[in-house]
Amino acid sequence: MALSNVFETPAAGFNFDNTSRNAALEGLFDGGQTPKPMKTGTTIAGVVFKDGVVLGADTRATSSEVVADKMCAKIHYIAPNIYCCGAGTAADTEKTTDILSSNLTIFSLNSGRNPRVIMAVSILQDMLYRYRGQIGANLILGGVDCTGNHLYTVGPYGSVNKVPYLSMGSGDLAALGILEDGFKHDMELEEAKELVRLAIHAGIMSDLGSGNNIDICVITRQGVDYIRPYQVSEYKDNRKTKYKYRPGTTPVLTEKVVRLKLEVVQESMQRMDTA
Amino acid sequence: MLSSHTFEDPGKMRDYHYTGPVEHRFSPYSFNGGTVLAVAGEDFAIVASDTRLSEGYSIHSRDSPKCYKLTDTTVIGCSGFHGDCLTLTKIIDARLKMYKHSNNKTMTSGAIAAMLSTILYGRRFFPYYVYNIIGGLDEQGKGAVYSFDPVGSYQRDTYKAGGSASAMLQPLLDNQIGFKNMEGVQHVPLTQEKAVQLVKDVFISAAERDVYTGDALRVCIITKEGISEQTVPLRKD
Repeated sequence: MALSNVFETPAAGFNFDNTSRNAALEGLFDGGQTPKPMKTGTTIAGVVFKDGVVLGADTRATSSEVVADKMCAKIHYIAPNIYCCGAGTAADTEKTTDILSSNLTIFSLNSGRNPRVIMAVSILQDMLYRYRGQIGANLILGGVDCTGNHLYTVGPYGSVNKVPYLSMGSGDLAALGILEDGFKHDMELEEAKELVRLAIHAGIMSDLGSGNNIDICVITRQGVDYIRPYQVSEYKDNRKTKYKYRPGTTPVLTEKVVRLKLEVVQESMQRMDTA
Repeated sequence: MLSSHTFEDPGKMRDYHYTGPVEHRFSPYSFNGGTVLAVAGEDFAIVASDTRLSEGYSIHSRDSPKCYKLTDTTVIGCSGFHGDCLTLTKIIDARLKMYKHSNNKTMTSGAIAAMLSTILYGRRFFPYYVYNIIGGLDEQGKGAVYSFDPVGSYQRDTYKAGGSASAMLQPLLDNQIGFKNMEGVQHVPLTQEKAVQLVKDVFISAAERDVYTGDALRVCIITKEGISEQTVPLRKD
């Protein structure tokens, strides 16, 4: 049946189908170097509190030393009750969480149940271990299901840890310092949000790979509150002069106009059924 | 069985652990970040630098300016490896004193630039990992900027950016000061106020996109009255 291949593990060993394509592509780039993937150089953190889980992340994506995106979203949707923060290679975290989300939706539709956090963790662990660390995704999964409030971390090689609070990314040590100091079991919602905000803020100030705004996602039995941005960066662009150019500043060297010859052959209208 | 063996000739065991001698490399350099910028006007010169000292993804200091005053009319901006920046400025200071004592006069900006070029080339085969830009007034009192590469090649410019965000700043200066790539724009000579404002704006933009630039901006304005300094805060994240 088509749905059963969702849980089928593919054939053992590495899949080398793309190696000849990659070798051919390498020759096409200047200097023989394929473009480097964009990494998120991040601070992400998660905390379990009395009624659920709070996840937090910064919003800077860097491409080696240049900021590529000042407002990137690092908290990804997995299921209505499960969200995931991702650090590492941006494309890997995006695609891995997308695939996971699709698989869990199929499961939900198939069985009529809400997915559990442990299922998401098991699928991720299986996939990342199979790729032996080639997928550079460091993920923090948090969610609330019928068995309680859970926070897990999955590493790029497939390691899993279940913890009450943690942080990942290049700013993880700065954030962990705040979390170790301030964490208590069964905190209230506002306390937990403040703790996560301070942890991400510490990462933003100490780590060059993290910066800009802070996003927070609160998951409880009642629902999800995805606050983006929770805190806007206090450093506004305060340039004094406006740098505007008059139309006609760029010199036009040549102009060539190609007219498209179009004839109306047939016109038909089909009403959309919006009932 | 182990997947890797299916791709080998059957019966041949590959040794996956290298047990021979291993060469460990120690790199004598490290990159401490920072951006420097110098602009020469009709009767003034500006040397500006950010004050962040970093290594890898960490910050060593938020208050480490990269402009060093050499004489009453010359300031040098050095970015790159901080250890070499400190040593190089000490050497230049010593040479300035020696010149003063033997010739009974202060070195001019052009002379300092020529001397720095020979100092840097003297270490051609173990270079000072420093990107230098000298800004000052020449003998006629006009603004002068001399830009260097790590081994001593130099030339006199009107404006130059060096360091980690140089690739972001230089095109902007080419357009706003050099009026490049623009048509039908009046070539107004640069006033001191406009130049200072431009330098501040340009660093604010660089701090947005370069992770190694930020914290604060130190601007040194050199005129015949002397050297005045201004500090402007930049992004700290």
